[in-house]
Amino acid sequence: MVPCLFSAIGFPRPSLGAHRIVSAIDPKPLASTVVRDDEAQLVSAAKAGGVAAFEELVNRYERKIFRLGMNITQNREDAEDVMQDAFLKSFQKLDQFQGNSRFYTWLVRIAVNEALMKLRKRRPSQVSLDEPLTGDDDSFFREIEDWGPSPEQRFAQTELNEILTHVIGELDPIFRVVFLLRDVEGISTEETAQILGISVAAVKSRLLRARLKLRLSLNKYFRRSESQ
Amino acid sequence: MNCKKVILELTSYLDGALDASVRLDLEQHLFRCKDCRLVVDTTRKTIQIFCNSEPVPLPDDVRERLHAALIERFRRDSKTI
Repeated sequence: MVPCLFSAIGFPRPSLGAHRIVSAIDPKPLASTVVRDDEAQLVSAAKAGGVAAFEELVNRYERKIFRLGMNITQNREDAEDVMQDAFLKSFQKLDQFQGNSRFYTWLVRIAVNEALMKLRKRRPSQVSLDEPLTGDDDSFFREIEDWGPSPEQRFAQTELNEILTHVIGELDPIFRVVFLLRDVEGISTEETAQILGISVAAVKSRLLRARLKLRLSLNKYFRRSESQ
Repeated sequence: MNCKKVILELTSYLDGALDASVRLDLEQHLFRCKDCRLVVDTTRKTIQIFCNSEPVPLPDDVRERLHAALIERFRRDSKTI
């Protein structure tokens, strides 16, 4: 793991007050895996100018935000931009964060907006958050075949990663984002609705379509007949 | 419950968010309908496969550039105070 770069270059420690707040949470060095119960305290400390507190928030969420950026944009350079912009904007706008949601939810909202903007620049006519025309739902009953107990074990890890990247890349961005937030990042339906500015019903509807479309796409790789 | 209704309730069913009576109806249908059983089973596996996939690693150089950009921002902000 890369050592903490903030401390490595000798960036001044946060003011005493803010530092006390951080230290009071855990006297030992803060690990990136600490539970989220202290998130509100870290945000308060960061708002008061605590660089160390913001640093901990960055350490805690940088991998998740990079993965989200990669999964939405499917491009490493774009994912890096998304991650940087999300953290820089969240730092810049920290005063505007009211604490009505978790900081992580607010950060994800910024990152998702950045990622969707990247996609819109790439394919302006294809990326809209409007509900697309509904397709033929009966198509979800095509290709009904058994996959067997552990279909993914038929593939080497690298090959499986390529398959997953490919099939999720084929998904319309508005379905892809909902699937990633709900099923990959484990964000609740209500928080996903909040992040995307859509209704809970719309999240459920998009999640259903995303899951069914991905099932159809994976079917050609995982159906039992392919392995026989 | 018919096959179309099973599909409409699929997300709530997989998330464990169905009312007990609706869940019972749905499971009775699954007991009788092999096609729906396979759709439910393979959709559940689809979610599991993505959840169990290896996380995207954060490359060291990408992390270093992020932290350098943040440090630059902190320095600029501290000069303006």
